[in-house]
Amino acid sequence: MSRTTTDLLYLVTIVTFILALRFLSSPKRARQGNLLGAAGMALAIGVTLAQPGLENFVPMVVAMAIGTVVGVVGARSVKMTAMPQMVALFNGVGGGAVALIALAEFHNLASEGLSAEDAVAILLSALIGSISFAGSLVAFAKLQELIAGRPIVYRAQQLVNAAVLLAAVGLGGAIVAGAESDAMVVGLILAALAFGVLFVLPIGGADMPVVISLLNAFTGLAASAAGFLLHNNVLIVAGALVGASGTLLTILMGRAMNRSLANVLFGAFGAAPAAGAGGAAAEDGRSVRATSAEDLAIMLAYARKVVFVPGYGLAVAQAQHDVRTLAELLEAKGVDVLYGIHPVAGRMPGHMNVLLAEANVPYEQLKEMDEINPELPQTDVVVILGANDVVNPAARSDPSSPIYGMPIIDVDRAASVVVVKRSLSPGFAGIDNPLFYDPKTSMLFADAKAALEQVAGALKAL
Amino acid sequence: MHEAAVPLVIELTILVLAIFLGIEVISKVPTMLHTPLMSGTNAIHGIVLVGAILVAGRADADGLTLVVGFVAVALGTANVVGGFVVTDRMLEMFKTRRRDR
Repeated sequence: MSRTTTDLLYLVTIVTFILALRFLSSPKRARQGNLLGAAGMALAIGVTLAQPGLENFVPMVVAMAIGTVVGVVGARSVKMTAMPQMVALFNGVGGGAVALIALAEFHNLASEGLSAEDAVAILLSALIGSISFAGSLVAFAKLQELIAGRPIVYRAQQLVNAAVLLAAVGLGGAIVAGAESDAMVVGLILAALAFGVLFVLPIGGADMPVVISLLNAFTGLAASAAGFLLHNNVLIVAGALVGASGTLLTILMGRAMNRSLANVLFGAFGAAPAAGAGGAAAEDGRSVRATSAEDLAIMLAYARKVVFVPGYGLAVAQAQHDVRTLAELLEAKGVDVLYGIHPVAGRMPGHMNVLLAEANVPYEQLKEMDEINPELPQTDVVVILGANDVVNPAARSDPSSPIYGMPIIDVDRAASVVVVKRSLSPGFAGIDNPLFYDPKTSMLFADAKAALEQVAGALKAL
Repeated sequence: MHEAAVPLVIELTILVLAIFLGIEVISKVPTMLHTPLMSGTNAIHGIVLVGAILVAGRADADGLTLVVGFVAVALGTANVVGGFVVTDRMLEMFKTRRRDR
């Protein structure tokens, strides 16, 4: 196969990748797009395997067989709640592959004398790929709760991290300056791996959506760097698309939490819960109104419009199916039902939508924050299920609150609000929620799943 | 693969244009599909498998290259296959209301 034919076929792959992303603009064609991208990927792999002069097919086929089994089993068995870990893992795996490519290329090319361009490409592939690999594995371990999700902080942390990164970059500089020993690249990779671990450790579990997006961008850029090293356009373009996507999502997540990237990465958010917030609340004379499943059933049955606001607590309670069952009962009674979904509901961007889609909630009912907010003043009942900070009106009204300025779902503008929650304990960020003490709010103290089952039972009995 | 290298400036041009294109295309993806977007782009960066194959398949590969290449191919394949399969699983679930049930 000539170089021109190869490049033309790679161009076809590039087009399929762009279309795959283009089709993601609507759920109708998104699946087709993904299949198209997969076909393009298969084409690129086939073309690569057909390159003249390629050898060692037996070990390669064995490696691909292993990778396929791991990939299929992992992808088929993962629970939708565990999707963030899975994405982190596949992301890390890709980054690791790039770092290894850089190592092998250096090993084979250094003795012939590297051009400055190749040396820079090797430096960037090894550096970014390794950071992405190690960082993703730590993010995976945090989300899987193999290690503590809370930020791990110690004194002079940023200094240590900076020193490790400097060491990695310094070794990279030596490579660009013409060092020929493999130990240089191995040292660079080890330092970058250490940096990857150190830089994710101080970031709390609640901020993982941002970290995963950022690491996704890193792996994309690492793939681009490998494209420069191998002079391969499809790697350059595919990596750039992923880099753009990861960067954009990182920015969107930061905006949805009203936090700068620097604050997410270095702020150790959630390390020490805001002092006394939850405990003091009960003592300062504010009262909450409790309600029962039966009363909630009556409220819902006579409402015209009901909005459910789910948070990750709903998924933890495995109650997605129960909320859909309840919604169907209400719709049968002529109640208009919608779901209001905050951009950071769940453990990664868009996670809550996937969890509700899994429970067969039709996607037309899933409304983004900007779509649902104008509807809330005309809503009779809002039911909050396992969400807390994303409905906290302090974000609008209390400049001293740590989440002040964060865009929220304005549930307090509905006629009445019911919060289904086990207790009055504060959310991730440890911030008191004045919504609970609002006169039009009632609290249903229960596990989300049990509560929804009881409400559905009471509704049937009405 | 290193013969007749494309001038660096052309590769940089491709990179920059692709980044702008990526931002354009991805800003049209609704929040609802951001998780499939992440796992889909994850699958796309599995394209590093192409690089891994080129490295592992070198005719003059020595022991180190073979071992490193082997691992890179296995990781790259897991990335590609897992990424596309899991994205398909998610997108399959996004259904519209079926009134005929």
